Amino acid sequence: MRSLNNILELSVEEIDELIKTALDIIENPGSYSEICKGKKLATLFFEPSTRTRLSFEAAMMELGGNVLGFSEATSSSASKGESVADTSRVVSCYADIIAMRHPKEGAPYVASLNATVPVINAGDGGHNHPTQTLADLLTIYRERGSLNNMTVGFCGDLKFGRTVHSLIQALSRYTGIKVVLISPEELKLPSYVKKDTLSANNIPYEQTTDLESSISQLDILYMTRVQKERFFNEEDYLRLKDSYILDPDKLVTAKKDLVIMHPLPRVNEISVAIDADPRAHYFDQVLNGKYMRMALILMLLGLKREV
Amino acid sequence: MRVDGIQNGIVIDHITAGKGMKIYDLLGLKDKEYSVALMINVVSNKMGRKDIIKIDSVMPIDYDVIGYVDPGATVNTIKDGKLVDKAALKLPKKLVNVIRCKNPRCISSQEQELDQIFKLTDEGQQIYRCIYCETAAKQ
Repeated sequence: MRSLNNILELSVEEIDELIKTALDIIENPGSYSEICKGKKLATLFFEPSTRTRLSFEAAMMELGGNVLGFSEATSSSASKGESVADTSRVVSCYADIIAMRHPKEGAPYVASLNATVPVINAGDGGHNHPTQTLADLLTIYRERGSLNNMTVGFCGDLKFGRTVHSLIQALSRYTGIKVVLISPEELKLPSYVKKDTLSANNIPYEQTTDLESSISQLDILYMTRVQKERFFNEEDYLRLKDSYILDPDKLVTAKKDLVIMHPLPRVNEISVAIDADPRAHYFDQVLNGKYMRMALILMLLGLKREV
Repeated sequence: MRVDGIQNGIVIDHITAGKGMKIYDLLGLKDKEYSVALMINVVSNKMGRKDIIKIDSVMPIDYDVIGYVDPGATVNTIKDGKLVDKAALKLPKKLVNVIRCKNPRCISSQEQELDQIFKLTDEGQQIYRCIYCETAAKQ
């Protein structure tokens, strides 16, 4: 039985396979509409995340399966002190697959060690969020036709931004990748990510605090929100939250085929004036996330469309 | 300074000077009933200075603890005054309940019944990471 905690648990070939399945789902949705009939997905969300939970639930429903679960810890047995291990054992009796969101890092891994059904990490604190990375990879693939040969800019909170760390890890396995890291000094990419991922894979990268001067070289611009919940100190959050705001003026020198991405939700880091720009793809990521979650559920349940 | 030899017990020798106290603490030797000698900064021909721990009992030893702190140390088992075993140590691949994860966001900080497990992820740099949150342990 297989679970997914970290994007690197999937080989490049498996990611290719997931992308292929997702593209097939997009082309032939009717062929998948009953493939999970009789199967149940449990969404165990120990912290609220409406969009991720709805994406998993929509994914399972579009595969013909059913969903059950809870959307915050107060409505689960965790509020009575039950451990993650026990919760996952119990839920394994009700569901065929589990998607777990938890504020504590490593909680879905603990669940995967104890559950008797596959567990998908739907985000654990500032640690991993592999299905967001799958959404990002499908978005890049659909816009560029490849995951190789591009300059990718990451902008905003690169310190606590788990989506950034995971996407950098995932892209480090492809060829011709260059990375530009744009952040305030206090929110720079942690040195272990630079050392263990970028340097270890010979990925050229540069660090800057200036978005405007580096935007012209980018093929992908991955914006992130400065997340209030990752700070212990509100003063630091207030000081840094408006560090980078992408507006039409900053896009003047950008490439015509730049792909602007954001894991959402955004606060104010991308001006709404950019939403109509054809280079804005953050709402496509949402849709692509659902398709990749569908493909992942099928992979972990060992189901394939009969051709 | 001299400490007498032991008839039945364990000598942890060739400990890098300064690491003896950490091994003493992690092995929980202060809570044992038998005699224990911790010698610090002993003159050594090979090492210049070293630490030595002598334990007056053939107690079960967690070799992983010693290997984690100082893989260059040796563990000698003495029975009836004779050396019966001399073990060279190496960095253990896994540490179970030897060190604690310091990341306040780690699930192991919330669920106290979870074993504290670290895996060796970089042998050259001697880096151990928590298996739950992947935070590196500080040596």
